[in-house]
Amino acid sequence: MTSDSLLRVEEISVRFGGVVAVDRVSLGAEAGRVTGLIGPNGAGKTTLFNVITGVQVPTSGQVVFEGSDVTRLAVHRRARRGLARTFQRLEVFASLSVRDNIRVATELTTIVDVGRRVDDLLERVGLVDVAERTAGDLPTGLARLVEIARALATEPRLLLLDEPASGLDEQETRLLGDLLRSLADDGLGVLVVEHDMDLVMKVCDAIHVLDLGQLIASGTPAEVQADRRVLEAYLGVA
Amino acid sequence: MQELLTFTIIGLSTGAIYAVVASGLVVTYTTSGIFNLAHGATGMLAAFTYWQLRFDWDLPAPLALFLTLFVLCPLFGILTERFVMRGLQGTTEVVRLSVTVALFAFMIGLANWIWPSDSSREAFLRFYEGNTVSIGGINVSWHKLITFGCAVLVAILLRLLMYRTRMGVAMRAVVDDRSLVELNGARPNRIAMFAWAISASLAGLAGILLAGEQQLNIEPLVLLVINAYAAAIFGRLRNLPLTFVGAAVLGLLDAYYLAYSNDSWFPQSFLGFSLSGIRASIPTIILFVALLARPQTRLRVGATRFREENRVPSWSTSLLGAVVLIAVTVAISGMLTRSNTLLLLNGFTMAIVALSLVPLTGYAGQTSLAPLTFAGLGAIAMAKLPGGGNLLSLVVAVVIVAIVGAIVALPALRLSGIYLALSTAAFAVLVSKLVFNQKQTFQTGNISVPTLDLPFVEIDTPRARLILASVAFSVLGLLVVAVRRSRLGRRLIALKDSPVAAATLGMNLTSTKLAAFALSAGIGACAGALAGDKVSPQQYEFTQSLPVVLLTVVGGVGTVGGAFFGGILLGGNSVLASVVPSMSNISKILPGTIGITLGRNPSGAAVQTADSFRPLAQRWGIIGFAVLGAVGVWALAALDVVSHWSFFLTGVLWVLAVTPNLPAIVDAAPGRRLAAVSILAVGLVAAAAIDWGTALDATGQRLIALVAMVAIFGVGAQRVLERAPRVHRASPDAIGLDRSFTREEIEITERALRVAP
Repeated sequence: MTSDSLLRVEEISVRFGGVVAVDRVSLGAEAGRVTGLIGPNGAGKTTLFNVITGVQVPTSGQVVFEGSDVTRLAVHRRARRGLARTFQRLEVFASLSVRDNIRVATELTTIVDVGRRVDDLLERVGLVDVAERTAGDLPTGLARLVEIARALATEPRLLLLDEPASGLDEQETRLLGDLLRSLADDGLGVLVVEHDMDLVMKVCDAIHVLDLGQLIASGTPAEVQADRRVLEAYLGVA
Repeated sequence: MQELLTFTIIGLSTGAIYAVVASGLVVTYTTSGIFNLAHGATGMLAAFTYWQLRFDWDLPAPLALFLTLFVLCPLFGILTERFVMRGLQGTTEVVRLSVTVALFAFMIGLANWIWPSDSSREAFLRFYEGNTVSIGGINVSWHKLITFGCAVLVAILLRLLMYRTRMGVAMRAVVDDRSLVELNGARPNRIAMFAWAISASLAGLAGILLAGEQQLNIEPLVLLVINAYAAAIFGRLRNLPLTFVGAAVLGLLDAYYLAYSNDSWFPQSFLGFSLSGIRASIPTIILFVALLARPQTRLRVGATRFREENRVPSWSTSLLGAVVLIAVTVAISGMLTRSNTLLLLNGFTMAIVALSLVPLTGYAGQTSLAPLTFAGLGAIAMAKLPGGGNLLSLVVAVVIVAIVGAIVALPALRLSGIYLALSTAAFAVLVSKLVFNQKQTFQTGNISVPTLDLPFVEIDTPRARLILASVAFSVLGLLVVAVRRSRLGRRLIALKDSPVAAATLGMNLTSTKLAAFALSAGIGACAGALAGDKVSPQQYEFTQSLPVVLLTVVGGVGTVGGAFFGGILLGGNSVLASVVPSMSNISKILPGTIGITLGRNPSGAAVQTADSFRPLAQRWGIIGFAVLGAVGVWALAALDVVSHWSFFLTGVLWVLAVTPNLPAIVDAAPGRRLAAVSILAVGLVAAAAIDWGTALDATGQRLIALVAMVAIFGVGAQRVLERAPRVHRASPDAIGLDRSFTREEIEITERALRVAP
């Protein structure tokens, strides 16, 4: 983690009553790279995402985005600085069409050329065929793509994806992997929470592993796969 | 000192009643997520029931109490949960609230029907006949002591129930996570049922105690209990001990105000405004403060999927609708009597008020219980502004009210859901108690709003005002359609569908809500500013706003058509009540009865009606035939072959019963086609041949005949034509459980699973 990281999370803790969901976690994400955040259920991954995007105020610690402290910044202001996310439990605008889902996000960023930008995004994530359908009626895989396209519409610097591959079939997952790589190649920072290890190991440049709220490992996919504590956390091997 | 003690006891006794009521509210809210606006009405009904058993049928008091509180109230609670509330999961806050408003209206109607207010009832409900006992030199009535004792007992029993019984533990668990409780083998539905039973008993107890203090009258019983809302909010709708503290504070404040407000040091006016409305507003002010003191509503991840739909209205349909509405109004306005013109005018005014809820509640999902308050402010602004009602003063009045609406909404916008809804209710009560009663606003009880002064047109007859109202509704309706199709409209829907996603995409939720409130206040102001007649503050009270919200939701709060439907229903309901005395009882429970069924169809009647016309899309031959038929019916009337009422009935029957069935008739097998055509033909001939103007002597009866005919012939023909039950838009998970698959459903499923050949 370098000081000019796109995102730095420093010593973040979140307590819910007596439960420590996230315990002094520090990690970073870089522009142009795909960073993975993995860990067993209940490790605190989604809570950390909520802290980064401002949905959850941390008990202590700092979130630094592009060099400035955004820990206390309102959710929508962070978004305008270039943080965008998708949700583990789908949060599409269910009564809007797919096109309008993306359009409403585009309009929050720009007023020029909205129609063309929306068309480009529909093309890029492969939603052209379902553009006019009501988003709430889509199967999970397509709805996840809507969320990704919607997040991209805000022209983010860092994209946070919360389990983007859950509910996707094999082919869709492969296409998702290609999409994540191509986004990173365009210079975007991508931070992804995912349980599909094949996908994570294939597309991530760096991986952070959380277990029971604590960061237990960081490194390249190869390093993480060889880490004893990671194996223990996942397999329960002593 | 003596005086202080006396009033402390009075205050604590009042507080005890609030506490019992509020704890009932908390119990149902926490277990089923429904804030029961009808809770007070339940208490009222219980008090009347007790009176009936105890004093009319002369049962001994303990037996009557037992029957009321431990048999009838729980039974009522259970039935309410099972048949009304259970259907409401996955609906928006406004639908849930509206259903309780419906229940509220239903119970008031029922009480009015069974126990008419003109028949004399010796109110004799005080326990121990109001005898007193001396405690520390102060005389206290037994009734007050019993009241206080009941509150303490309720507190202890609830505490034991919640912490010492299996059911109580399950109830507390349901609060935290309903689905988790279900996974662990408890049955949330049964728990909710139990909670509603307890809640109804608590309401009943409070109602009986309160009736002893006050009079056995419907309104004060229902409305005084509204004060308990403040106590419940004080306990954040969860915490029972805090709720009891809140209730005590409320009761004491009220008693001390009563004791000291006439003393010389007590201010009677402020900056020239009278403070006489303060006492009645104390609970509301507390409610408002308690609401505003709440922490900002946190964004929740994991939004509920709503069952309501919201399609983008097309310009062509909307413009056509506007033109047809104005044309029909012009065409029939000549045939109406003066009183019916005024009633329809009232319907249009209400439709504009209902329209003000469409962007705010229908699109943005923010519940307002104060639509009429803004209409009232609009009426005042229009009357006070110079210009004698020209267009400029209309615009200024609307802008002023929109700004007021935005400013007032500002502190409340941190809240969402039920808390926002209640703060609008508090706002409505405060405005009518503290603003509408000032000499600067409605000085003598009513003011004259000037009629709109338009160039080239004179608006001087009721007919002209009716046409103006239809034009105003159409223009505002098109404005709302324009909003829905705009950037703002998409933002409003996004706000409703997922606030957390909207915020993380960079949307400022507060300014978006503010825009929705300002727009809504502005449209509401138009309804008041265009009144063009004498208006009184009673027209714009909170209790009047409730049925507006209810019937708008019934009509369909997500669409302009729904708002129109709701407004006309409101107008039509007063037609029933005013024209046909014998029907007035039914009309009292009618809005409630309609509203209670909302759980089954939360999108509203307008959407359902629009859906029935869907098969006509692209079938130009059939559409042409339908239009020809409508022109034919009109021609019959124009040539005086049929009377005005027959024209009206035949026309409506043609549009609502015949037209939607035409595509199915064309497609049906010959046997069914013949049967359906015969049914519809009988209906049309009956409608045209009978001279309804003389056959039935009241407008209300004719309207009921109309509704009945549409139902019998339209639905009858539809049933004949249907080979299979219609595909419901229910969850696909439920298909096949309660009935077998239809061929069509199998095809849909196969296509979705991509296994179709």
